[in-house]
Amino acid sequence: MEVQDQESLGRWDGLGSRDASSRTEAMENICQEVLRKAEAIGPIPTSPPSSLASGSPPNSDLNDILAHLLMLSRRCPFEDVKKSCIRLLQTVQDLGVRIPRPLGNGPSRFIPEKEILQVSKVDTRTQSIFEDAFAALGRLDNISLVMGFHPQYLESFLRTQHYLLQMDGPLPLHYRHYIGIMAAARHQCSYLVNLHVNDFLQVGGDLKWLNGLDEAPQKLQQLGELNKILAHRPWLLTKEHIERFLKAEEHSWSLAELIHAVVLLTHYHSLASFTFGCGIMPEIHCDGGHTFRPPSLSQYCVCDIANGNSHATHHDNLFGNQEVNGEVEVLMERMKQLQECRDDEEASQEEMATRFEREKTESMLVVTAEEEECVPSRDISRHFEDPSYGYKDFSRRGEHVPTFRVQDYSWEDHGFSLVNRLYPDVGQMLDEKFQMAYNLTYNTMATHKDVDTSMLRRAIWNYIHCMFGIRYDDYDYGEINQLLDRSFKIYIKTMVCSPEKTTKRMYESFWRQFQHSEKVHVNLLLMEARMQAELLYALRAITRYMT
Amino acid sequence: MEKMSRVTTALSSNTISGRTMFCHLDAPANAISVCRDAAQVVVAGRNIFKIYALEEEQFVEKLNLRVGRKPSLNFSCADVMWHQMEENLLATAATNGAVVTWNLGKPSRNKQEQLFTEHKRTVNKVCFHPTEAYMLLSGSQDGFMKCFDLRKKESVSTFSGQSESVRDVQFSMKDYFTFAASFENGNVQLWDIRRPDRYERMFTAHTGPVFCCDWHPDDRGWLATGGRDKMVKVWDMTTNRAKEIYCVQTIASVARVKWRPERKHHLATCSMMVDHNIYVWDIRRPFIPFATFEEHKDVTTGIVWRHQHDPQFLLSGSKDSTLYQHMFKDATRPVDKANPEGLCFGLFGDLAFAAKESLISGDANRKPYPGGDRRYPIFFFKKADPTEQFAHVSSALSVFGTDLDSNRMDWFVKTAQLYLLSGKPFAELCDHNAKVARELKRPQVSTTWTMLRIMFSDPANLIAPGLNLSLGKLGTLPLMNSFSMKEMGTGIGTESRLERSKGESRQDNIHLEPGNILINNNNEENEETEGSEAEYMFGDAELDDDDLYSMEHENQTEEQEYTLPQEAFPLRHEIMDNPSAPEHLQQDKADSPHVSGNEAEVTCLTPIESFSLISISQPLFSPHLPASFFCPIVREMLSYYAEQGDVQMAVSVLIVLGDRIRKEIDDLTQEHWYMSYIDLLQRFELWNVSNEVIKLSTCSAITCLNQTSTTLHINCSNCKRPMNNKGWICDRCHQCASVCAVCHHVVKGLFVWCQGCSHGGHLEHIMNWLKSSAHCPAGCGHLCEYT
Repeated sequence: MEVQDQESLGRWDGLGSRDASSRTEAMENICQEVLRKAEAIGPIPTSPPSSLASGSPPNSDLNDILAHLLMLSRRCPFEDVKKSCIRLLQTVQDLGVRIPRPLGNGPSRFIPEKEILQVSKVDTRTQSIFEDAFAALGRLDNISLVMGFHPQYLESFLRTQHYLLQMDGPLPLHYRHYIGIMAAARHQCSYLVNLHVNDFLQVGGDLKWLNGLDEAPQKLQQLGELNKILAHRPWLLTKEHIERFLKAEEHSWSLAELIHAVVLLTHYHSLASFTFGCGIMPEIHCDGGHTFRPPSLSQYCVCDIANGNSHATHHDNLFGNQEVNGEVEVLMERMKQLQECRDDEEASQEEMATRFEREKTESMLVVTAEEEECVPSRDISRHFEDPSYGYKDFSRRGEHVPTFRVQDYSWEDHGFSLVNRLYPDVGQMLDEKFQMAYNLTYNTMATHKDVDTSMLRRAIWNYIHCMFGIRYDDYDYGEINQLLDRSFKIYIKTMVCSPEKTTKRMYESFWRQFQHSEKVHVNLLLMEARMQAELLYALRAITRYMT
Repeated sequence: MEKMSRVTTALSSNTISGRTMFCHLDAPANAISVCRDAAQVVVAGRNIFKIYALEEEQFVEKLNLRVGRKPSLNFSCADVMWHQMEENLLATAATNGAVVTWNLGKPSRNKQEQLFTEHKRTVNKVCFHPTEAYMLLSGSQDGFMKCFDLRKKESVSTFSGQSESVRDVQFSMKDYFTFAASFENGNVQLWDIRRPDRYERMFTAHTGPVFCCDWHPDDRGWLATGGRDKMVKVWDMTTNRAKEIYCVQTIASVARVKWRPERKHHLATCSMMVDHNIYVWDIRRPFIPFATFEEHKDVTTGIVWRHQHDPQFLLSGSKDSTLYQHMFKDATRPVDKANPEGLCFGLFGDLAFAAKESLISGDANRKPYPGGDRRYPIFFFKKADPTEQFAHVSSALSVFGTDLDSNRMDWFVKTAQLYLLSGKPFAELCDHNAKVARELKRPQVSTTWTMLRIMFSDPANLIAPGLNLSLGKLGTLPLMNSFSMKEMGTGIGTESRLERSKGESRQDNIHLEPGNILINNNNEENEETEGSEAEYMFGDAELDDDDLYSMEHENQTEEQEYTLPQEAFPLRHEIMDNPSAPEHLQQDKADSPHVSGNEAEVTCLTPIESFSLISISQPLFSPHLPASFFCPIVREMLSYYAEQGDVQMAVSVLIVLGDRIRKEIDDLTQEHWYMSYIDLLQRFELWNVSNEVIKLSTCSAITCLNQTSTTLHINCSNCKRPMNNKGWICDRCHQCASVCAVCHHVVKGLFVWCQGCSHGGHLEHIMNWLKSSAHCPAGCGHLCEYT
């Protein structure tokens, strides 16, 4: 089936063209092919659903195409393609062939579909970003759609990701996707795994590797350990780890390769956080994104209910909003107070140190999540080893890890130089992306305009770094307590440390009055802060190795 | 003048002396600063804040300013500065955003005087006004610069960098009111201390953060900046627009830059990451550091010249927890280690050579080069600059012409093309190659091939090819002779080694002695040779020239000594001055008499030896001598060829011998040979041969060369998009992209197309078409050409 995938892939490429006529032409060809295939199986349109589900070979090919068409009919940024896809699907259905139906409606489980920008109904800038993404990948993934709330960031994100995966770099293409799979699998993020399994096969990856890390080359297997530590306890990374990579006889890594791998790992760890944090739905054309079963009450998909599209839940939300009315105002009031009283009362140094420690300790007490739906599907757990290894709270049980001082090793001064030295251009891109995420603001909070949110953003950023034991000398950690309430902290902690446990309830229970776009903004902050924290530890270990 | 007198007073009142020395600190240092009289240094870091006295032989800890049971973050210093007028006054910048001043004159243990906590983020830099006692400037991560009057509790003015983090602030040495600030976004701003509302000037100095800046102590217009982009730039600020006048490219991001006192063009830098050295640059010579201090084991975080008028002492603190005093006289001078000669081949084989005059002038008394028409000496003299501290340097550039060079490599191309490496029985391959070599007048190589055939052929098969060998003209008798020589395997091995060493010493002679001596040598040897050869001929009259070569592979070894150095580097002197050099070249062309002439001492050895061989050969002769017996010699022979630069021979033999020899030579060496040969072939555009070699090689690293970059990316002729799967049908537009322009059928095999109009088709069709017509068969009007 994968082979067919590869072969048939080319047919979609024409749709990404910016030239309308070549799109039409490509669409025409697809039409013909689909209709030919549909007619071929036309005589047996009444076959029971079970036979379809089992996927007889000639059908499965067609089904893939149909699923892809369905995806295009929903997600393609080109209006013409979208329309003709809908038309074509209709025609096929009229022929008596069963057509797929998306499971769930939006790109996100948490955010109602109508809140998310409608593809092709956005401003020109976002539109052109979407079109670029579509042309490059032949799809517009749900992550990009959700990030579409913040087009500036999206642009930077896509550019970086494209460079990491497709452009010049020390690692071969299939390695990059495989590393992406490893990293996403560490957080049991089936969405990213599925996406990259397809890409991995497309660039000529060996199907065998997907059976598990054992089947992958020795060189990649070594990466398992780094993956594990980076994802959950990056502070344990030492220069000995690095040394092991670089001096492993014939399986050894070069520094440039290692940096590339580290960047990829951290990128996908944090992207997994984002995926869970925003409740990204499976892609329509991927497994679990569509179904050929007719809608029936008994099999009504859970996702549909959970999507916030159903009237009842929505009403609930409204109700909840009323309850906590004023939350935003309280928060703004606090920010204002902090700003004002800062000069009056200066906490003693000891006090400051204790505040950091307290925040650190407290972050451990935040219960990560209710134990629900966290059974790792076997499908994914095979991509990594030691599934029991998870985030363990910083400096618990006596094993004291010295605090990481940003003033001694910062991204701007040290990390950047190292990355740029070994993997040119990527340092620059990451730098831009971090800055973009950190500085992004619209000066609004919920319905209020002209608010300086820098304090809040800094609190969120530093809180995440605090969870990784990274301390800013010049930050008063008391602010965090003032600005971030408990439910928000729970959300952050879950998302950063064990994202697979994020639930819709958590997403909804923090910052109820805020817009979804603002929650996505928070997610971006979380994602980038987490990536930087992991990178800092990894790069510091490499620097130590080098000196 | 006034300055000079001040210097002398400053120095004489307090003569500085000392040596390169260091002391261990308890913790990594972040910054250091010296007091005005250069007698004490303060070291500040996250966990250290101490004052050391600089004594003749050592550092002595004077004072620990970190007091209190639980030192607060106010002690965690990012920067420190000692006031240059008030010797009791220090200021530190703390990582938590505090600016602290310290008064050493305080009687209590805690010397802290004032604490300013106005900055919200880490303070990166503090700077005292050079002449004003109470004025202190700070620059912080929060994007503000503040000016403090130490008599007041608060800052007197705040300068906003528009929320860009400030990395460095420096008061101008000469302009009382001016200070420079460098920013994380790559900008540098100039401010007037009286006007906090906006900067006077701003320019972008670097891409990425500017970590440091420093005003020139003497020249009021010069500002040096260093950034994350690994550059040090010197700006002339006197003009309307800041003008970059010098730029030094370093190998790592520049953390600190400090002008060297009393040396107008010198500055010292250290880097933020990876590189631990301190460099002193002459900015007019940006390519190589003037001096290097290599003592630190971790990044250097602070550098300061000990005395503001003494260029000899540099102090530095580092993350490796050491404090160093470097003496300039102990510095490493990278220039001394740099190669004073440059050598480069031109596009057409011209050889350009440049060297310091002094090196060449040593040869000046040599004889003028007879073939002077091929040498174009060009001399460069750099105009002496009175302020220059460098030795007067002039270099000579010589260019050597190519007319002979191109001839000389002909043999390589011909050989490569004519050699047979596979597809025939071993013996025939050898014979063929021997013939090729002989026709190209390379008797030694030819002989080697013949010998290889003899060594490795089955004795039974051997006779037959040997007998009817038309090329070798070897009769039975000489064959036996040569064969018996080969049986002396080990003997010959040692001997050839012996001769090689002779050859080497000969080469030395060439370097050391004037050419005519060499010629004399040659002549003498030639005479000798001729004599002994004659003897030999008498003894064995049936041998003709070819046979002679076939027997004496050492001869050619010797000859090789002559031919090869002409391409190798060390013979520079010979090419330029040694009159014998052109002779060699001519020898190459005119060959045979000289070859025998050049056989020199070898020949005088061999005849004797071969006589003795003949006398003892019969008992040793055994048809069953295993081929492996010769392997060590062959291996040695191959590496000899390879070392001499004839990697072609080494690889050809390797391929032809195949399994017979492969195991004897380690894979890396083989791979190395293959790579060199393939590289050579490709430079000569012998693509087919290089491909054949790749194909025939047995190293996996080589054979896989054929599989890299074998993808040909083509665009669909219809929709102009890249085609992915098959070459003839486009997945996007579903059109057959590669239709033959002649027969209008899809081309599924060899597709040839015109690079001008991109029309094409079946190879045959296009060939036929273009025989009869000059225009493109597609009718596009392009005049296609088939070559």
